[in-house]
Amino acid sequence: MSISQDLAYLRAADLDEALRHLEKDGACVHGGGSDLVTCLREGTVTCAQVISIGGLDDLRAITPTSIGALATIAELGRHEEIERRLPALAAAARAVGSPQLRNQGTLGGNLCQKPRCWYWRGDFHCLRQGGDTCYAAFGQNHGHAIFGAEACVYVHPSDTAVALTAYEARVRIAGPGRSSRTRTVPVDEFFVLPADDPTRETVVGRGEIVTAVEVPAPPDGHVGVYRKIRARGAWDFALTSAAIVLAFEGGDRGKPVRHARLVLGGVAPAPWRAAAAEQALVGRRLDESTIAAAAEAAVADASALDHNGFKIDLVQGVLREELQSLAG
Amino acid sequence: MRDRDDSDASRRNFLKTVGLGSAALASAGAGQGRAELAAVEPEKLQKILLSINGRQLSVLVEARWTLLFVLREQLGLTGTKVGCERGECGACTVLLDGVPRYACLTLAVEAVGHEVTTLEGLLDGEDLGPVQRAFVENDAYQCGYCTPGQVMAAEGLLRENPAPDLEQIRVGVSGNLCRCGAYANIFRAVADAAKLRRGGGA
Ligand SMILES: Cc1cc2nc3c(=O)[nH]c(=O)nc-3n(C[C@H](O)[C@H](O)[C@H](O)COP(=O)(O)OP(=O)(O)OC[C@H]3O[C@@H](n4cnc5c(N)ncnc54)[C@H](O)[C@@H]3O)c2cc1C
Ligand code: FES
Ligand code: FES
Repeated sequence: MSISQDLAYLRAADLDEALRHLEKDGACVHGGGSDLVTCLREGTVTCAQVISIGGLDDLRAITPTSIGALATIAELGRHEEIERRLPALAAAARAVGSPQLRNQGTLGGNLCQKPRCWYWRGDFHCLRQGGDTCYAAFGQNHGHAIFGAEACVYVHPSDTAVALTAYEARVRIAGPGRSSRTRTVPVDEFFVLPADDPTRETVVGRGEIVTAVEVPAPPDGHVGVYRKIRARGAWDFALTSAAIVLAFEGGDRGKPVRHARLVLGGVAPAPWRAAAAEQALVGRRLDESTIAAAAEAAVADASALDHNGFKIDLVQGVLREELQSLAG
Repeated sequence: MRDRDDSDASRRNFLKTVGLGSAALASAGAGQGRAELAAVEPEKLQKILLSINGRQLSVLVEARWTLLFVLREQLGLTGTKVGCERGECGACTVLLDGVPRYACLTLAVEAVGHEVTTLEGLLDGEDLGPVQRAFVENDAYQCGYCTPGQVMAAEGLLRENPAPDLEQIRVGVSGNLCRCGAYANIFRAVADAAKLRRGGGA
């Protein structure tokens, strides 16, 4: 019922204290703990000292342009300003896990959560665990990637990351060592593809803490949706999801599309921007043939593993249905 | 939140605590407010103050102990059940500051400074509270293993939304599996519990 590896624990009083302690060997960040505690119990993550940032209340704030890393997923899902301004993000937050997980999980933790690949979580010393084989590539891979699946075929589990990519958000990272050292990274450069480094999921380095996510104002008159397909009605990761943010000329849905961001989840080791599909939309009216062309373009460079070919159809179906609903 | 006969509930908790918790000490209500905890060394027992069902309890814990472990094995509060221990079943649901979450994914040290409510805390003196009563009256279980977690999820839902519709009820208990498939009666029980809670302080 508890964790077998020995742990020290520190609840940091401020960001500088947290960053100072994170410089030590084997220290790790505890946000809400909803993923970390399981990883520690199952030994997929080893950590000698847990640095809890749960007491850093100034990382909790949600403002129109910035969301603190400690804002909970539940708060994002019911925040009126987020709903009005970034509806696809609010919808993505409501689609995460279960009520209990949304109450506990933080935005920072949701972006930095570990893979859900059952080989990585199981007793397999896989490529991502420092071994030399991706067992999923030729094993049970119906949950795995159809895009960007070089070396390791896991899919990134975060729903919020998909919506944040569609809103062109930037992730603010503090450290190492002190809080005056910060950098911001566009969310579409935040996740690391396995072809570049199969042992890490994000660019967050040793000793660093995600402190906030900054979201620029979306284009005037934009519309946004998030659609998630999972094997059951709740409490499950996406088999496929899509965040779509569009703006039409003159704010009129009958007029050509002037701005399009289409981002797919559950299909790649990072939120997957369907750039060819965006190009198929911009400058055109959102009619049946445009929608068909976009859905087709989205999967042009998909490649299925043995058991996940259905995801190619799912992506197309989801994009067709959601674009249709936005055509009004 | 409703009123309740505190002396009874405290007495019971007190007896449970001193009777069953080997590393647990009961302390009578001292140290209100946000108890501070800075650090716990590895392999060391650290005394922390937990606020559970309205009582302040001083408990010796290791950093790696979960709230689920401490509630059951140190404090004898076995109303909170152990299932998957990875956030996939809901049997361990408790309220933290009135909001449902999984005790299996919560380190005990993380509960310092927060109000923990367990199934035992929903009792109305020696009687069942309204949500518990509604589960009994609606036959909302078969084996009963998931029931404590379902009750806590329902309690959390009703504290936030006293009059949920069916869809909101379904979402509210969507983080609790019932392997017996008693869902239809669970939804009915939660709807009834809402009425019981609204209809005059239970
Ligand atoms: C059964 C189950 C189902 C789930 N379903 C979904 C789902 O459908 N969609 C979805 O998106 N997620 C899902 N999740 C994941 C869940 O949303 C995450 O566990 C949660 O968001 C993590 O947040 P946390 O604050 O609890 O993170 P923690 O558990 O505290 O941390 C997770 C990881 O991120 C690191 N970390 C945390 N915060 C920071 C920070 N600020 N800076 C740097 N590193 C940090 C930690 O070191 C750790 O490695 C599910 C989880 C479970 C257990
Ligand atoms: S035991 Fe905590 S969710 Fe299953
Ligand atoms: S009543 Fe048996 S698990 Fe729900």
